[in-house]
Amino acid sequence: MAIAVLYFAWVRERVGAGEEQVDPPEAVRNVADLIDWLSQRSEGHAAAFAEPAKLRAAVDQRFVPLDALLGDAREVAIFPPVTGG
Amino acid sequence: MIRVSVDPAPIELAMEVAALEERGAGGVATFTGVVRTDDGVEALELEHYPGMTEAALCSLAEAAIDRWNLLGVTIVHRVGRMTAGERIVFVGTAAAHRREALEACAYLIDRLKTDAPFWKREWLAGGTRWVEPRVGDHEAAAHWS
Repeated sequence: MAIAVLYFAWVRERVGAGEEQVDPPEAVRNVADLIDWLSQRSEGHAAAFAEPAKLRAAVDQRFVPLDALLGDAREVAIFPPVTGG
Repeated sequence: MIRVSVDPAPIELAMEVAALEERGAGGVATFTGVVRTDDGVEALELEHYPGMTEAALCSLAEAAIDRWNLLGVTIVHRVGRMTAGERIVFVGTAAAHRREALEACAYLIDRLKTDAPFWKREWLAGGTRWVEPRVGDHEAAAHWS
């Protein structure tokens, strides 16, 4: 099923896009799988996702750990740790 | 009684405080975050996640209302590019008594740093750099759970 993937901050810069539509294979079950799969799309993706420990994620606009299952997710966001305030 | 705003426009402090005072509370506590000039930083740029950021701030305001007896909560966060001395964030709480207003205000600013999707980038003479969270930010937020 198609998923909208959103990128923010330096993840967005390295990927070279703020959003893309993807259709991952069945084997992609959780966020970490998705990151692994996305990293093969381009050199920019590979650079953005080289250190998963520096990445955070949200599924359908809720913060989740990287081992969270995608389930029926419509929107997944991948970004660095947040720094507001 | 909840006001949440994520906006590139400058934060109008007097207007925000006055709106909280009109809640008829005994006390209003506020926190204002201002862009500092560290290590030659000329400007700060704030990026957010439209939709999720506003929802996260509303959730924080609701959590504060569940925990303290509040008459008003305001969270205004600026986004986009701003220069030294400009306001980044305003948090205000109105309550019948000072302790509730002060504690809720401290809670909101601590949680806001770790629980809402914002990213800061510093503009320096030689280029830009993304700001990494401080270890203390998570400790401060965890202290409330």
